[in-house]
Amino acid sequence: MKALNLIPAGVDIGFISKRKLFFVFSALLLAASVSLTLTKGLNFGIDFKGGILIEVRTEGPANIADMRGKLSTLGLGDISLQEFGEVTDVLIRIQRQPGGDAAQQEAVNAVKGALDENIQYRRTEFVGPQVSAELLEDGIMAVSLAMLAILVYIWFRFEWQFGVGAVIALVHDVTTTIGIFALLGFEFNLSTVAAVLTIAGYSINDTVVVYDRVRENLRKYKTMPLAELLNLSINNTLSRTLITSLTTLLALAALFFLGGEVIRDFSFAMIWGVVVGTYSSICIAVPLLLYFGLDDKARGGLAGDDEDDAEAQPDAP
Amino acid sequence: MVNFPTWKKVLVALICLLGLAFAAPNFVDEETSKQLPDWLPHNQVNLGLDLRGGSHLLLEVEVQAVIDEYLETLVDSARAELRGERIRYRALGKQEHSAGVTIPNADEREKALELMRGLDSAAQTTIDGDRITITMTDQQIAERRTSAVQQSIEIIRRRIDETGVREPTIQRQGDDRVIVQLPGIDDPERVKSLIGKTAKLTFQMVDLENSVEEALGGRVPPGSLLLPMLEGANSPTGQQYILVKKRVAVSGENLVDAQPSFDGRDNQPVVSFRFDTLGAKKFGKVTTENVKRPFAIVLDGKVISAPVIQEPILGGTGQISGGFSVQDTQDLALLLRAGALPAPLTILEERTVGPGLGADSIAAGEIACLVGMVLVVIFMGIAYGRFGLYADIALAMNLFLILGLLSLLQATLTLPGIAGIVLTIGMAVDANVLIFERIREETRAGRTPISAIDAGYGRALSTIIDANLTTLIAAILLYSFGSGPVRGFAVTLAIGIVTSMFTAIMLTRMFVVTWLRSKRPTELPL
Repeated sequence: MKALNLIPAGVDIGFISKRKLFFVFSALLLAASVSLTLTKGLNFGIDFKGGILIEVRTEGPANIADMRGKLSTLGLGDISLQEFGEVTDVLIRIQRQPGGDAAQQEAVNAVKGALDENIQYRRTEFVGPQVSAELLEDGIMAVSLAMLAILVYIWFRFEWQFGVGAVIALVHDVTTTIGIFALLGFEFNLSTVAAVLTIAGYSINDTVVVYDRVRENLRKYKTMPLAELLNLSINNTLSRTLITSLTTLLALAALFFLGGEVIRDFSFAMIWGVVVGTYSSICIAVPLLLYFGLDDKARGGLAGDDEDDAEAQPDAP
Repeated sequence: MVNFPTWKKVLVALICLLGLAFAAPNFVDEETSKQLPDWLPHNQVNLGLDLRGGSHLLLEVEVQAVIDEYLETLVDSARAELRGERIRYRALGKQEHSAGVTIPNADEREKALELMRGLDSAAQTTIDGDRITITMTDQQIAERRTSAVQQSIEIIRRRIDETGVREPTIQRQGDDRVIVQLPGIDDPERVKSLIGKTAKLTFQMVDLENSVEEALGGRVPPGSLLLPMLEGANSPTGQQYILVKKRVAVSGENLVDAQPSFDGRDNQPVVSFRFDTLGAKKFGKVTTENVKRPFAIVLDGKVISAPVIQEPILGGTGQISGGFSVQDTQDLALLLRAGALPAPLTILEERTVGPGLGADSIAAGEIACLVGMVLVVIFMGIAYGRFGLYADIALAMNLFLILGLLSLLQATLTLPGIAGIVLTIGMAVDANVLIFERIREETRAGRTPISAIDAGYGRALSTIIDANLTTLIAAILLYSFGSGPVRGFAVTLAIGIVTSMFTAIMLTRMFVVTWLRSKRPTELPL
């Protein structure tokens, strides 16, 4: 069976020379993400906002207008109804009820009383104000700590310049993911945080692979200008970067289209994360190294602790 | 890297076989899996409530109620002591964690302080000016909190067991919270209403000396309580109140049994109960002393009924009636048997998934897994030919290993967990992609097949470890800060990283090296 080389050997694309373009593009992307998140805000799910979520299945196609009419008379404040995957499925969201946790419970019972008897309750969730505040706190904590831990790890394994570059790329990916959620108004909930953290892991994975090659080339080509060396490293690993992103996207596409309504937003976040993570590893993380004074001292330091330096040249067996 | 000694082959084969054996029970139905021979693993993957359907409740024990209750008794005994010694006092009352009293006469303070110290020697009793304060120590509070939560868990367990729910999980979380998981329950209303009731039953005499009207006006006599009648009890005209003595004549703690039954005369549903020896003695004494007077049966601060005592009840048995339905009497009997909660419970969070949605999620997850797998398998075959097929076999093995490990560890598989597996399918081949690309490069640089494969595996290894460790860091943090389904995702992600490193580095290398040794190719099919 013959293999197919998807990316031709000896590919040489000038990523580094176009870095200003990427930086401007990313800066715009970041600015848009931050301003969208601040102005439009995130559509927090009940995990973080508290409130009630009920998924029901009706016998025939659901009459959402009729259901909305019945529920709006209950005086429960903000109620949203939305078709969920199938014409028979409806997702009902009810704002957090004033009063304590018992008030939430009463609202659930009121809704169940108001709707038809032959409705199937597929999912009922309610999160009280106390718990939702804690969940949000934990989510922010997890993302921040993950970034910090990754920074420390990269710093430990490489030089500090690499750690900073990787974390900037990471912040880029996380911020734009949050931005796209703000733009599209997708629900931001606990699984979104899980997706964001996984994106962080994936993006850093991609970055590490290219950085690893940069480090190797720094030892191998001691006199090559840094810009040229960085570009070479990106092109060396380009085939791997794209093929892995492609296989991951294939699996995620299956999840997005076939995995069911409940995890569709989650799959979307991951798909976005893989695309933006691949982009940032190549176009942001590596070019950034040019600006951190990865000078001769640093290069010398890297070369010094390299024990398999002699092996770095191809040798005939 | 091109040496693959026999012992290593045996080890790899052994790990794969173990993985298959542990994964196997998941491919037969539950009944069959239990009948497998003893030496084979039986455990299926432990499905989370979002997949098997069921109810997850996070409850909070209102510990303050226990502390309040204790401080209340402290205040009562303080009053009795001070009155007994004829010491003048005012402003006797309790705060959050303390009780205090003001003694206006300076020469009585020393005596009062001594009396107050005697009430609770473990607490801290201090005097500041004319005010004596008894403050509970942190240790006392912690002890009461722990015992209240533990007792609550015990009572919740008894109540749930009586409803016949299978395999409930009830565990403490944090200081004063309890997680209750009820698999297979799609309408937790009955369980919730059972859990939510404190079920504190007391028998108290009705106060006949004072009028209810005056008490309703705001002047409740000391030593008495104004309590509402329970709905559905003998109060057809809206809410009715009744004045009862504060002193508890007999309490539900002395009950040994309670059963739903029917009244012998009018065939109404009632709850029959039986007291222990002490309770029977107390009950006998009270009913003997108060013939022809009404006494109130109080449940959680509401009066169920207030029948007139016709004759002394000495046998220690009785019945409670009050316009109940049959279901009411069954629930009340259950609650009385299981005992009262030490403190009220609040439901902080509820997540209930019906069995229909759970089954749909599993089906969707399976299809997504399968399709994702097929797509990646085809792609790898196209991109890397023979080597791609080796990676595909490793990928399939990887899935079995994940499934096997999940079954072995009895980790919970949730819907995001399935997503984690699908994601792993895409990312698992990364290690192989790294290696194959490296081999290609080394070949282009002029190496022979053996040397290129050797260098490819050698060089790619540190990259693979670096790259996977960072993802593992994210997974571990996800696990520590996540809750419920998200944790399930972290678990499958972490397991997937470990197994994919094994299959990519060991399994495919074994295939590649074996092929290399038997064929001795001059050119690599890459």
